[in-house]
Amino acid sequence: MQDEPTPEELTKAVADFLRNDITPQISGHHAFKLRVAINVLDLVTRQLKLEQGSDAAELARLSKLLSMPGSLGELNRVLADQIAKGELDLQTPGLAEHLWQTTMDKLAVDQPNYASHKRELEAKGD
Amino acid sequence: MEEVLGRSVASWCRGATGVTNAVRLSGGASQETWSFDIQHPDGLIGAILRRAPQGYGAAPGRAAGLDAEARLMQLAYDAGVPSPRVLHILQPPDDLGTGFVMARVEGETIARKILRDEKFANARPLLARQLGKVAAGIHGLAVSELPKLRRMTAAKELAEMEREYRGFDWPRPVFELALCWLADHDPGPSDEVTLVHGDFRHGNLIIGPDGVRAVLDWELAHLGDPMEDLGWVCVNSWRFGEIDKPVGGFGTREELFAGYEAAGRRVDAKRVTFWEVMGTLRWGVMCCGMMQRFRIGPDHSMERAMIGRRASETEIDLLRLLAPRGN
Repeated sequence: MQDEPTPEELTKAVADFLRNDITPQISGHHAFKLRVAINVLDLVTRQLKLEQGSDAAELARLSKLLSMPGSLGELNRVLADQIAKGELDLQTPGLAEHLWQTTMDKLAVDQPNYASHKRELEAKGD
Repeated sequence: MEEVLGRSVASWCRGATGVTNAVRLSGGASQETWSFDIQHPDGLIGAILRRAPQGYGAAPGRAAGLDAEARLMQLAYDAGVPSPRVLHILQPPDDLGTGFVMARVEGETIARKILRDEKFANARPLLARQLGKVAAGIHGLAVSELPKLRRMTAAKELAEMEREYRGFDWPRPVFELALCWLADHDPGPSDEVTLVHGDFRHGNLIIGPDGVRAVLDWELAHLGDPMEDLGWVCVNSWRFGEIDKPVGGFGTREELFAGYEAAGRRVDAKRVTFWEVMGTLRWGVMCCGMMQRFRIGPDHSMERAMIGRRASETEIDLLRLLAPRGN
């Protein structure tokens, strides 16, 4: 077992340092690059915080939907393949809900402020 | 650069005495954009150079090529479509590679400024209708006068996109759903084949406080279904947060269509929707391509990497289009 602080706490500490202490001192193209760098660290921090829970839930949904065991990567390949072949579609019970939940979980990491994501969160309260 | 440009300019701009303020704006290894001013007894003339330096030949893949771009801009300008005037097409004696020089049009291309700055407040309500008119002007250019361009159909576009997506070898169930939907809803070849701009959206439009001043970047121009341009400009990725205003975050489809039809052309709203879905998926596939370029090279920048993480934005937009949750 690795010791504390957690990766999430470490990346957040670096992001906060860059945001609060370095940003005011930088201008021009480097300021733009610095903003991107902070966004990267914020994304990684969100992923470290959320990934375990969302991956476990996604795997449970996939196993049920496809009625088979497997890793997240394997089952996503099977799902993609079955949709491509027309074996599963939006009429398939649970498919739309699964795709929505998986996509919402991705946005929560990638781009929580994306307007479509915020709109869907407000609408569903999830 | 100013010296070489100065020699070129002297050969085609009467009275020019030199070139100043040359700055490179953007571009990758195979294409460059420069801004400069021509020194002239009547005052400075703002100009833009678009070129592929020596040693870089024909543009790869989908690109129309710089000669075609120059010709299209000339035709658009002559037809009254807001467009920069082409001043000169590069010749071997210019020693600048291939490309062209155009007049610099002042204005803004950055979407967030256009959508938020006070100075564009009066223009915003006019833009969707204006873009309809501009698109109609582009689609109305006589096909017989156009340079040689790719002929695209929905089926071809879809096949190209699917091949690219499969090449990434990364499962995306939402993209699969969209590919199926597009194959099922392919409206078939368009009755009318016209010039299609191919990248008609924020970033390629110069906007002033008075509205649309110029259409830029004809790199992806081709022959095809004119409704493609109207669908692409409605893709949510170009609304920059203003998701209830489908046209570029500033207007409605109705305004866009009204401007288009007032210019004497017909809108097929179903085809426009088809192309909006296609365009959303296309931007998603392009984001995945950015991820590839980040990983494999030549561009290992953080920006590229982060664009790769924007593919999920197109997945939520595809779900909103194809499987809305009824909210």
